[in-house]
Amino acid sequence: MRRIRLVAWHVFKESVRDRVLLAIAAFAVVLVVASVLIGQITAGQDVKIIKDIGLATLELSGVLMAVFIGVGLVAREIERRSIYSLLAKPVARWEFVVGKYIGLVGTIAFNVTLMTVALFLMLAYLQWKTPDEVERAWLTPVVDPGLLKAVILIGAELALLTAVALFFSTFSSSGLLSAGLTLGVFVVGLLSEDLRGFTAVDSSQVLAFVVRAVGVVVPAFSAFDIKADVVNGRPPVPWAYVGLTIVYATCYASALVGGAAAIFSRREFT
Amino acid sequence: MSLVLQIERLTKDFPTGRLGRGRHRALDDVTLALSSGEVFGLLGPNGAGKTTTLKLIVGLLRPTAGHVTVLGHAAGARPAREAIGFLPEHPVFYDHLTAEELLAYFAGLCGMTGPERTRRVSAALDDVRLDEARRRPLRQYSKGMLQRVGLAQALVHDPALIILDEPMSGLDPIGRRDVRELILRLRDAGRTVLFSSHILSDAEALCSRVAILSRGRVVARGAIGDLTSKHAGGWEVVAADLSPAAATSLQQTATRVTRIAHGRYSFELPAGERPEPFIAAVASAGGTLVSAVPVRATLEDVFVERVS
Repeated sequence: MRRIRLVAWHVFKESVRDRVLLAIAAFAVVLVVASVLIGQITAGQDVKIIKDIGLATLELSGVLMAVFIGVGLVAREIERRSIYSLLAKPVARWEFVVGKYIGLVGTIAFNVTLMTVALFLMLAYLQWKTPDEVERAWLTPVVDPGLLKAVILIGAELALLTAVALFFSTFSSSGLLSAGLTLGVFVVGLLSEDLRGFTAVDSSQVLAFVVRAVGVVVPAFSAFDIKADVVNGRPPVPWAYVGLTIVYATCYASALVGGAAAIFSRREFT
Repeated sequence: MSLVLQIERLTKDFPTGRLGRGRHRALDDVTLALSSGEVFGLLGPNGAGKTTTLKLIVGLLRPTAGHVTVLGHAAGARPAREAIGFLPEHPVFYDHLTAEELLAYFAGLCGMTGPERTRRVSAALDDVRLDEARRRPLRQYSKGMLQRVGLAQALVHDPALIILDEPMSGLDPIGRRDVRELILRLRDAGRTVLFSSHILSDAEALCSRVAILSRGRVVARGAIGDLTSKHAGGWEVVAADLSPAAATSLQQTATRVTRIAHGRYSFELPAGERPEPFIAAVASAGGTLVSAVPVRATLEDVFVERVS
């Protein structure tokens, strides 16, 4: 466990020192500021727009981190040949893979937490300057703890996406290909609900079966998207749904990380 | 002396071709054994299989046939890697870390904690003479300094077997001297050192034994003295006061003739031939014997003969 922790801490430190976090955080700040400006020119909708853009920014910056750092987690070590010295040490390959995964998920969680705090601070400021009678007319409070449900599911979605990126990273030698595959799985996963309900419009039942099968097999990223429901306050999102979705993400991510560890354990380094 | 490393009938094939159906045999039936306190040189031209052998010992590659044990543990197993310190060829590390941070990370992976880790990191950096630079990010290091860091990370957990792939690569003459001294200090401390090189002078200066690899096979092995004495050497005879016609006549029995100055020639006699008849022929041709010395074979002679 100590070796996993060391590898994870190393990933966090590398991400911070590579200024990747800084770049993405700056990007997020720009988007949040933009949401404030947009809110000011949109009569009576500023809080809703800030919540929408804030959550979308949080998700987008996390997706960028998960994909572009995730695909390099293992591939970069192989490419720059630092893997030779590292795997000569008494660290099991599965410990290395799990440590890398936990390190990046921790880095993303850190980033999501910072951005969530920033979002809530901005909302608290808006609440402070909004008259009570105006606020009472809105469907949800300005500082709405219900937003945390969306944030938690974004975190779970990003943890799952990181596992997808890591999985491709362990056997593909091209970072671009791994990023393309990960983004492809993400996009298909966002459509998974539609794919599962696909019915043939012509006579090709085989095609319909294949599309439905893809919808079942790919990670159901669509299930994590409750942003609109939370911002609008309806339909209400029960905590049980959040819990079950987290269990789903945990199981799927564990399978992917386990697969990545199995593939990586068999790899040779020429 | 106890056995530290045993390599038995080690063979490694790599897939070739687009579909990987072809096979290239990089290592063929290699058997070696190293005892504690030994400095062993793995020599050979580029592509001979040196790095492949080292990677198989470390567990970065799996053998096609044969096996490797380190202190009785299978190569690649955790106890085997605990006993190994490995310097890869042209080592590359994490740019954002300092040498101290890198070594602390690796020492942690080797199971060291607290003051022991700090002490070992400091000792390893002292061993490779990395002083004030140890707190600078590795991105500011020269190639030679990175090589020193690579050596330090191989030593940080005080392993019994130190495997160095081209350890002199990228080092200036002072750096090479430092590494040579370090290897000898490790030997004196009872560590076993296995290094690959194609710089034969380093091997001659350091190794108790060597193995020469060529096209994946061991073509010579043993103590350097044994290898060079087995390599048959002839005699070199220098004679003066010889006319060109006499020199041409004497050339018939020599393998090589070099004109040193007017009337002064050097003759190399074939291996196994005694010099006395030739010296007598020099005298009958009117020449004067200047010197007759046996030619001692060098490791380079053995290397060139076996590899070619």
